[in-house]
Amino acid sequence: MSNDITIAEICVAACSDIYRHSGELLAHAVGIVPTIGARLAKLTHSPDIILSDGEAFMMSEPPELGKSAAHGGTIEGWAPFSRIFDIVATGRRQSIMGASQIDQYGNQNISLIGDWTKPKRQLIGVRGAPGNTANHRVDYWIARHSARLFVESVDMVSGVGNDRAKAAGLKHHHLGVIITNLAVLDYAENGRVKVLSVHPGVDPQEVTDNTGFPLDASNAPETRLPTDEELLLIRDVIDPRGARNREVPVPQPVA
Amino acid sequence: MPDKRMKLSDAVASIESGMTIGIGGWGSRRKPMAIVRELLRSDIKDLTVVSLGGPDVGLLVAAGKVRKLIYGFVTLDSIPLDPLFTAARERGGLELQEYDEGMFVTGLRAAANRLSFLPTLAGMGSDVLAANPHLKTIKSPYSDDEYVAVPAITMDVALIHANRSDTAGNIQFLGPDPYFDDLYAMAATRTFVSTEKIVPTENLLDEGSFHTLMLSRMYVTGVIETPKGAHFTTCEPDYGRDELFQKHYVASAKDPAAWDAFNAEFLSGDEDAFQAAVERFHAEREKSHV
Repeated sequence: MSNDITIAEICVAACSDIYRHSGELLAHAVGIVPTIGARLAKLTHSPDIILSDGEAFMMSEPPELGKSAAHGGTIEGWAPFSRIFDIVATGRRQSIMGASQIDQYGNQNISLIGDWTKPKRQLIGVRGAPGNTANHRVDYWIARHSARLFVESVDMVSGVGNDRAKAAGLKHHHLGVIITNLAVLDYAENGRVKVLSVHPGVDPQEVTDNTGFPLDASNAPETRLPTDEELLLIRDVIDPRGARNREVPVPQPVA
Repeated sequence: MPDKRMKLSDAVASIESGMTIGIGGWGSRRKPMAIVRELLRSDIKDLTVVSLGGPDVGLLVAAGKVRKLIYGFVTLDSIPLDPLFTAARERGGLELQEYDEGMFVTGLRAAANRLSFLPTLAGMGSDVLAANPHLKTIKSPYSDDEYVAVPAITMDVALIHANRSDTAGNIQFLGPDPYFDDLYAMAATRTFVSTEKIVPTENLLDEGSFHTLMLSRMYVTGVIETPKGAHFTTCEPDYGRDELFQKHYVASAKDPAAWDAFNAEFLSGDEDAFQAAVERFHAEREKSHV
């Protein structure tokens, strides 16, 4: 089974690992790979985490991937948006978010490109990123690791990085990992992004070349492969249609 | 109990240029679109619009109704960006207060509680503070913590779309999420609610439990029966989003000539004409698929 594992499946397993010590909290995951990762965690090592349908419900059995509670699954709780902000404030939540830019301290931007007063490109806005990063653990999922995304400084700090959090005295700030299609990154003692592992089949130099700030990947270990049990769950139970492989560019088998 | 039924034109006639109006719903979900369309027909301008924005914001901004926007985001949900809003943003010139979603709700809550501000952690360390120089932080009187002091977002008028109402303005939300519509009403001086259906008070519990009666008539100035009044946004469980029409809106909004045609076809008449044009739109699509 393990001879045709895709990058997306490695990333799903890495996303799942985020929840290993989470306990009973709401797993908020933006994107297909993180959503599959949270479901995989619940089916394997972290049965206590709480999934959402992406709308207003907590799900003990999630609906079909990409569908809301109206299409199936088992509702275990009600969490409309007003309750979500209450949950964020209590810290009983973790987010895997996306990013348009990330700098070397993990400051994230999803708001706009260019200048605030007259942006070159208006994006989605800061959304909940400032509040999420001020209140609970946040990880990032980047489907296309590039030097345009990992930049020296971001155009508008939406999710707060380690340097800013320290200066602002944020006690509940916790950046976890950044999972990309090339590597898993985390943060050094000084708050800077470092390489935790490089995916099997990826040249470490490719990670360095596609990052807009200095990042040494030369001595990094390989990211773990999903186990046979995990692959079976990913392929047959959670994502039989293979949506994961469409979210990651060039979904080549790597091992 | 008072009878608060009115027409779209009555509600909008009481809104003046320069006012601050809050628009309920979330993104492209349960927006009071019939009232927004009535605003488009009026000569009201220079509005300050408060919204967790969707096509309400795009349409009002493109029509030149908005001087200032206080928002958490503008999105169409199934389509991430509203082209009318992004175009206006990239042109520059709009006065803006972009908040984190939680900060936005904190500002509503402050207004509803008649406080000048409420503290929150959300926003600390982020560029939301740099982009909003009016925002101040405050030191806790009890610890060494520092918080964002979100000023109250008070409004002259709140506009909401609901599933059901009685004639007195007891409002019922039957869908999975009431969003922050109750807070908007509590933060506003006057609130107008458009509703899918006005029913006798004794029938309000026929379709949902008492938990769905989240907005009391004490906060409601007027109710307007507007079937399909949230179109093309969602109004669960009465109807979902009209995705086909939303796609058409987005495609039209990206091109000036197509936008003129969209305006002529859908927005040049009254609400009945709009709903009839939407029916024609779907009938023609169906015909071309046969």
